[in-house]
Amino acid sequence: MEPILDIKNLDVKFALRTGTVTAIDNLSLSLAKGERLGIVGESGAGKSVMGFSIINLIRKPGYIANGSIYFRGEEISRYSEEEIRAIRGNRISTIFQDPMMALNPVLTIGTQMTEAILAHMDMTQEEAERIALEKLAKVHIPAPEKRLNQYPHEFSGGMRQRIIIAISLLTDPDLIIADEPTTALDVTIQAEIMDLLIELCESEGMSLILITHDLGVVSEVTERIAVMYAGRVIETGPTEAIIKNPQHPYTQGLLKALPESRTPGEPLYQIPGMMPTLTDIPPGCAFNPRCPMRGEICITKRPEAAFADEHTGHMAACHLVSGDLAS
Amino acid sequence: MKQSLENFKDSYLFYSFKRDKIAMISFAILLVLVVVSFSAPLIAPYNPYDAETIDILNSELPPAWMDGGSTQFLMGTDQQGRDLLSTMIYGMRLSVLIGLGAVVLQAFIGISVGLIAGYIGGWLDNFLMRLADIQLSFATMMVAILISAIFQTVFGSSRYNELAVPLLVVVIGIAEWPQYARTVRASVLGEKGKEYVEAARVVGLSSTRIMFRHILPNTMSSVLVISTVQVANAIMSEAALSFLGLGMPVNRPSLGSLINAGFEYIFSGAWWITLFPGIFLVLLVLVINLLGDWLRDVLNPKLYKG
Amino acid sequence: MFAFTVKRILQALFVMLIISLLGFSIKHEFGDPIRDMVGIQVSVKDREILRETMGLNDPFITQYARFLKNAAHGDLGTSFFYKKPAMHVILSKAPATIELVFASSLIVILISIPVGIFAAIKPRHWFSRIAMGGSIVGVSIPVFLTAILMIYLFSITLGWFPSYGRGETVDLWGWHTGLLTADGLRHLIMPAIALSSIMLPLFIRLIRSEMMEVLETEYIRFAYAKGLKKKRIWFIHAFKNTLLPVITVGGVQLGIMLAYTILTETVFQWAGMGFMFLESVQRSDTTLLVAYIIFVGGVFVIVNTMVDIIYGLVNPTIRVSGRK
Repeated sequence: MEPILDIKNLDVKFALRTGTVTAIDNLSLSLAKGERLGIVGESGAGKSVMGFSIINLIRKPGYIANGSIYFRGEEISRYSEEEIRAIRGNRISTIFQDPMMALNPVLTIGTQMTEAILAHMDMTQEEAERIALEKLAKVHIPAPEKRLNQYPHEFSGGMRQRIIIAISLLTDPDLIIADEPTTALDVTIQAEIMDLLIELCESEGMSLILITHDLGVVSEVTERIAVMYAGRVIETGPTEAIIKNPQHPYTQGLLKALPESRTPGEPLYQIPGMMPTLTDIPPGCAFNPRCPMRGEICITKRPEAAFADEHTGHMAACHLVSGDLAS
Repeated sequence: MKQSLENFKDSYLFYSFKRDKIAMISFAILLVLVVVSFSAPLIAPYNPYDAETIDILNSELPPAWMDGGSTQFLMGTDQQGRDLLSTMIYGMRLSVLIGLGAVVLQAFIGISVGLIAGYIGGWLDNFLMRLADIQLSFATMMVAILISAIFQTVFGSSRYNELAVPLLVVVIGIAEWPQYARTVRASVLGEKGKEYVEAARVVGLSSTRIMFRHILPNTMSSVLVISTVQVANAIMSEAALSFLGLGMPVNRPSLGSLINAGFEYIFSGAWWITLFPGIFLVLLVLVINLLGDWLRDVLNPKLYKG
Repeated sequence: MFAFTVKRILQALFVMLIISLLGFSIKHEFGDPIRDMVGIQVSVKDREILRETMGLNDPFITQYARFLKNAAHGDLGTSFFYKKPAMHVILSKAPATIELVFASSLIVILISIPVGIFAAIKPRHWFSRIAMGGSIVGVSIPVFLTAILMIYLFSITLGWFPSYGRGETVDLWGWHTGLLTADGLRHLIMPAIALSSIMLPLFIRLIRSEMMEVLETEYIRFAYAKGLKKKRIWFIHAFKNTLLPVITVGGVQLGIMLAYTILTETVFQWAGMGFMFLESVQRSDTTLLVAYIIFVGGVFVIVNTMVDIIYGLVNPTIRVSGRK
């Protein structure tokens, strides 16, 4: 089956005053129709940059330096500003991290919803409002008719995130990119929002890219996972395979650090050290300074992705997996 | 001393200064203007305060390069026959002096009020900041004009003229303190919650010591940025007051009163009495403003937005 | 919103009380109402009698209360120079000032909004660079110098515009307006431009910086992610948010403009309140001076209160919850 989204050898760079740094390094990913993919990594791994690069909304001074992004078979990374605009919010919707910041404080919910429809579809204000109401009901907002004339600050954080999800649904997109959609919310509301996302993807047949730092969350929502570290995908494969049989020491560390895997009475595990900043990524494997299994080769040679299980497509970029380093 | 000079050379401030042509040129011009004006008795060709060197027959002579100009007076003479260049240099000295004095005064009032209001808080904070708000909403220019008008009424014209320099410092100082107060208070509130202040308090340092030794230094970059702009503002205010006849008298003219005096003669074609002091004034204010802009970009302090 | 409005109005009344106290103290200490009334030919004894009958020997508080009572009825005393109630004098001068401020505000608004927006969305464009560079030069030129240079250039040298006065005015139900005659408009152009020259750079810079800040926010990015057209994002999403701080500052700037009318009116001998005020200082017309302070104070307070209330109306956050 042809993938709905196919990213090939993507490089994203940031032109800083002191020089150019690489935020995304030779990233390839693909996503089937209706598939839910989780992008996991610590903050600064380049997850959000990757998400925004798909719709060409990387913050300046970031830019796509290399590679191509195909969406429904078309190379959207070559699209003009106007062509990509017609895709944004239409075929590819985005859910932002912080619902308190993503809605315009001085415009009503109704305006912010209908404008997104009218930007892509030729219809009247009334028709657009009807669709807005329908989607608000779909994300379980009570009494939607009353909501259209309200302003963002009249809603709680959880409600706002529902509204943002409703906005992302307005044009029945093929793909939703959700960037840490629950990080800014209370734990109880997090689960509700995630359940809502799964429910909607399944009923509407949409694909989902869920960007998060929380392996626990993706394991419940997605079918496939890509783990990112310092701008690279270091492990990818079916969710089950990665959770049950992580190959990369970093993924293993992330799993070990989950509260669920903690032995009662013992302190929570933490991967030692910190993710390198983009300006000083160490040579060899970027993870090597923090890696418990580091060998000589990890410091000198950058590992390429290798299959851990060819059948499921489980791959990892680690010398242990490629066999260059004996475990 | 040598160490701090070395530190300065390595600092980001100096680094960005070297990279910014506008800042460097502005600073150079400002330096020249200030040095020239403060060495006025040495540099100026004539002493405009010395009545004996002034000959009324020389009045309204155009600049040297024009018909009727005299090589004696490079930029011409004013309506009283004073050498315009000398008068301007002396006048600029007054403008700079009053500007600096006024900023020192307003900084003193404003920083004190801001520190007290921010650190003590409560009703005192409320009261002082309402006061600052109200005064700011009245436009500093208006307040300065009103106070100087009142002073002029209180002291009478001739006494006012004698005391013009300190009075102008006071007028502009009083009119513009709220800027400082609001900014310093905002920084104090920001700093107050930080751990080092907590720590200082736990250790048992006194409030005044915490304020002056710990909080105040942290507000300095905002204060520096405001001060630069405020010097320019104070010079502008002084010029405006003098132009209105509420500032420096004609016998001891600042740039503003020179422009005022020259205005009457502009209709008879003696444009230089107005234009040259005007250019000096604009140049002085402009380079200070440019430096202020540069400083704000470099230090990027959180300034209180009105 | 109601409670907010009431609170602001009470605050305004309190400020007015302080201003009036200040004004009255000046008048009480330095004014000489007897001289204002009868001149200096009257004997000392007669003066004493007059003082007594006029209540000038009453305690300060009593006199202040009387002053307040009269002020509340619009009576701020009699101008020594004009021999007319100060309030009448001010009101007869007000139209000239209001028209000048109005024309300048119009120039400021019409130019600063498009230029500020443009400089924000295309900061590297040559026009933006010129506008920003020009604005810092503009801030550094005193308004009276602009005015004088304009007179020299356009009146004396080129003879395009008249250099002083309001020109021909039309009496419109007691309001002498110069807006309806070609001559009046010709007289208005230079003062209005001169007055706007001080505000224009400030507003361009303000609108630009506020707009640039807004353009960096998450909700603007979200608007892009929704696939909205740039124009809609700039002019609806960003500009509406830019407007809030601009309105607040704008209100204050309107007050500052009033201060600068004193300078502009003096240069152009524009028969408005500012010119009148300066004359009253030179003539030691204390009553008129104090009346001007109170009147202008009142204008400031009313404008500021209105700005706060309008801000509340425009900003939905305040509108519902009462106070930010």
